[in-house]
Amino acid sequence: MRRKGYWPFLIPGVLASVLVIVVPLVMTVYTSFTKWNGVGEQRWIGFDNYTRLFEDSLFWGSFTNILLLILAMAVVPTLLGLFLAAVLFDYVAKKFSNRWASLLRSGFYLPQIIPVAVTGIVWGWILHPEYGALNQILESIGLGSLAHNWLGEPGSALYSVMGIMIWVQLGYPIVMFMAGLQRVDPELYEAADLDGATWWQRFRKITVYLIRPEFYVVLVTTTIAALKIFGPIFVLTGGGPSNATLVPSYFAYKNFFEKAQVGYGSAISTVLTVLIIALSIVFLRLQNRAERKA
Amino acid sequence: MTLTANRPSATKDAPAKAVKRTNPVRFVILAALLALLLIVIAPLLIITINAVKSPADYASGGPLSLPPHLYWDGIVDFWNRVSFGEKLWNSFITSFTVAVLGVLLSVLNAYALGIGKVKGRLWFLVFFLVANLLPQEVLVYPLYFLSKEVGLYDSLISIVIIFTVIQAAFGTYLLTSVYQEFPTELLDAADVDGAGKLRTLWNVVVPVSRPTLGVLFTFFFIWTWNEFFLPLVFLVSNENQTVPVALGVLQGDRLMDVTMTSSSGLIGILPALLFFLIFQRTLTRGITAGAIK
Repeated sequence: MRRKGYWPFLIPGVLASVLVIVVPLVMTVYTSFTKWNGVGEQRWIGFDNYTRLFEDSLFWGSFTNILLLILAMAVVPTLLGLFLAAVLFDYVAKKFSNRWASLLRSGFYLPQIIPVAVTGIVWGWILHPEYGALNQILESIGLGSLAHNWLGEPGSALYSVMGIMIWVQLGYPIVMFMAGLQRVDPELYEAADLDGATWWQRFRKITVYLIRPEFYVVLVTTTIAALKIFGPIFVLTGGGPSNATLVPSYFAYKNFFEKAQVGYGSAISTVLTVLIIALSIVFLRLQNRAERKA
Repeated sequence: MTLTANRPSATKDAPAKAVKRTNPVRFVILAALLALLLIVIAPLLIITINAVKSPADYASGGPLSLPPHLYWDGIVDFWNRVSFGEKLWNSFITSFTVAVLGVLLSVLNAYALGIGKVKGRLWFLVFFLVANLLPQEVLVYPLYFLSKEVGLYDSLISIVIIFTVIQAAFGTYLLTSVYQEFPTELLDAADVDGAGKLRTLWNVVVPVSRPTLGVLFTFFFIWTWNEFFLPLVFLVSNENQTVPVALGVLQGDRLMDVTMTSSSGLIGILPALLFFLIFQRTLTRGITAGAIK
């Protein structure tokens, strides 16, 4: 039965969304076709910002960096998290107790709850070239030659950020996958046991197969998070050294608020937005196809 | 996307079945997992021991030594220098207001879309989904410009308005899928009793969906608490800053000595840890519900 006359309940939500989302979005897209320093006159220049963007090596560099960050924030945590979730759910919980499994899960999840500014303080402190703990540990075990200005040298900065992001992200897939495994019928595992399947066979044939929905959700959400990354870059490296860790959102931020090139910044954020939406559509399609097959 | 809001909480603490053979392999695996856990929490442990270490002890023992005695001055000095109490209050009042208003707005939207099934609901849902995916960079400059025009720049009110809408976009999407499954008998019964739409919402729909609303509230609170980008842009004056902004902009400040920096880290971890402990049950359920973010 179709219920009627509910539309007035949408009014506050629609008005607020128009004000905070639609109007700014349209303004940014319009601004991306203009030259504007934020205060003076706004001049229409057509596609000039976009042609400039595609010739800008910083822009391409920021997208190469994002590809590596997708590896660190989406691919590695998802695969590692899948494996760890299966070990916790299907091994630790059974051979030890659920309490152990929950304890380990909470521990792995801990970095996820820490505000990004604090993550920056913690890791900036540990990786500091003079007083940081990591270099001290390396020296004390006789690997002093590996000591490094981890975040301060162009050669290692991005890899250091990647390592930190794996640390931040790992807990999310573990929690999601363990929750997904709750709905797996335990009899499936018992049947596999009776057939003499090894743990690894069960992992591949049962676990991975059954939590595909969660797998897609985790992969798409973490990939989008990687594309949007701003806070960790701001607090850890400021995009440096010499743009080695520049990412699109930080690049846009710099153009908006440091260089007063609002039109150019708008073009960068518009491209980023189109990319994110396109990627989401592709993922949703893939997910639907996988669900239909199942 | 799979949205499962009311799944029973994750692990039930049933005792492990009697399959415990004395197998050394299982202890090797447990040891490996514990070692990995230690690596994951080591950074937090290192920050904690250095937050309560005096600069002198740090100079003689380095970052890895345990402090010979507890030293609170770093934390106290840092607290006073940044007026941390004020920052905590700013963060709390902003996050709390956003959570309340965000849930309210989500409920209203989802009532119209999920239960009322208004015309064009699919398009509204697509809109809220896309709104959720948008990077904040694409909204930031016009919001900054407009807030200056209306005199809300550098004010917590602007942050509250913006995040209420952004969080409600997620909430609407999630809650609509929950309300689509809402038992029609309850709605019909309310109809028969002659309850209006508003009263049905308040007396039937909201109480029945309270667990999901609790999850949403928790999410909105913690997400807003941890937000960094927009508060960084909007809250420029010192007395308006939230905890993450205050900590973020102080990083690398030359007036901060080594142990005070770790004190600031610990002070930032503690509220998050507190929420984590308070909300852990809700969160475990909620993360599964939060498939989109």
